[in-house]
Amino acid sequence: MNKLRYIVVVFFSLLALNVSVAQEEQGEDVNAGEIVMEHISDSYEWHITKIGGTDIVIPLPVILYSHNSGWHLFSSHHLYPVGKEHEGFKIATEGDYEGKIVETSATGEEVRPIDISITKTVLALLINCLILVLIILGCARWYRNKKPEDPAPKGFVGFMEMFIMMVENDVIKACIGKEYKRYSPYLLTAFFFIFVNNIMGIIPIFPGGANVTGNIAVTFVLALCTFIAVNVFGNKEYWKEILWPEVPTWLKFPVPIMPAIELFGIFTKPFALMIRLFANIMAGHSAILALTSIIFVTVSMGVVVNSLMTGVSFLFIIFMDCMEILVAFIQAYVFTMLSSVFIGLSRQEHAE
Amino acid sequence: MSLLMPDSGLLFWMLLAFCVVFFILAKFGFPIITKMVNERKEYIDQSLVTAREANEQLANLKAEGASILAKAHEEQTRILTEAAKTREHIVSEAKEQARIEGNRLLEEAKKQILAEKEDAIRDIRRQVAVLSVDIAEKVLRKNLDDESKQTDMIERLLDEVNLSKN
Repeated sequence: MNKLRYIVVVFFSLLALNVSVAQEEQGEDVNAGEIVMEHISDSYEWHITKIGGTDIVIPLPVILYSHNSGWHLFSSHHLYPVGKEHEGFKIATEGDYEGKIVETSATGEEVRPIDISITKTVLALLINCLILVLIILGCARWYRNKKPEDPAPKGFVGFMEMFIMMVENDVIKACIGKEYKRYSPYLLTAFFFIFVNNIMGIIPIFPGGANVTGNIAVTFVLALCTFIAVNVFGNKEYWKEILWPEVPTWLKFPVPIMPAIELFGIFTKPFALMIRLFANIMAGHSAILALTSIIFVTVSMGVVVNSLMTGVSFLFIIFMDCMEILVAFIQAYVFTMLSSVFIGLSRQEHAE
Repeated sequence: MSLLMPDSGLLFWMLLAFCVVFFILAKFGFPIITKMVNERKEYIDQSLVTAREANEQLANLKAEGASILAKAHEEQTRILTEAAKTREHIVSEAKEQARIEGNRLLEEAKKQILAEKEDAIRDIRRQVAVLSVDIAEKVLRKNLDDESKQTDMIERLLDEVNLSKN
């Protein structure tokens, strides 16, 4: 019965997404590529839906530092429709900075100010962080006045405990080894951070639906943290393996072929982490949106084709959504596992 | 290409948010949970060991109880047989004593009877003797006129006395 309820919820949320896209594109030529790009890239306002003729939009704070005029803080609704100027700033419609806030300099060029606006992705990121912190601290609160001999938690706390221990025992402990305790807070944080952001990205309506982990800046920071964890806390053995690996001497002297490859490897490992997570989530979002767009692209092909394709698209979207839930977990798992493996390699003792 | 260029504003916020989240969760979140779970695991392991020990002790106690019971049974039978033996012994002793006493009494009675009889016989004899002397006197007085007859008489009498005495 519960499963049925979940399916119904998913159906309705999908319908909501479809409707919102449909209304957005009413009376225009549908450009699926544009819809997808608009969704996966950032924006200064959060467009929720359009009811009748009015857009339902959450304006977001714009925070700028211009070299000419100092700090600026104003609501993003001053900048819409795109191209409108406010306090000397506007959203660029073309060029390198398309879709970003620019300032026209004295020479007439468009310059980018230092832009730390709360954009859609940033807001979603903050909301997701808040959700994550509330969930984990809520669970931790349960343990505050408990003793080890008290019975194990039930319900949600029990589920989270199982989840956390699964990650800790099967991933972190298994990959790092005996020194895992030092790294487990970071790796658990990374896992649940990615997982919560992924899951929230699948939910199509506010506050979910933003493409957070499918954004390279986000995955860059995560990969950077792993990079730091691996290289700053790596032991002597790890650096010896990189700079003077156990290979025939001609491979490392006079031309340091192996050290060069190993040094390169230091950067490719986190780089792979960054790209993997970013590409997977972005592709998932793109696929779902592209499949949804089928419905509106086929409107001009007649009622029969359109209704047929709507059915097909609907089935595909459900399939993709289920897969994305799986991917949300798998990507968090893979990121954590590979980070653990890299950390484990940086902490290993001499094997022989 | 804009997708692959990390946006500086987002980078800033992400760095800030992730560091704050990491700090909060690493300090107040995950370690508390994992620590408690590990402690609970330890407690459960320890409880299992304790339970096994308690079970062993219980088994020992049971065996001990059974052995005590068996011993008690043995003691009981032993005491019972002893009691039976003692009873038999007492009874037989009593019987023996009674028999001896009876015999003694019988013997005494016999002795007494014998003594009485002898007394009676002695008495009768004395009386017979007295009577005989009296009679003899009377007879003698009549017969003992001459000397020879007297002497004969005395001798014969003496013989007779001697005979009867033997």
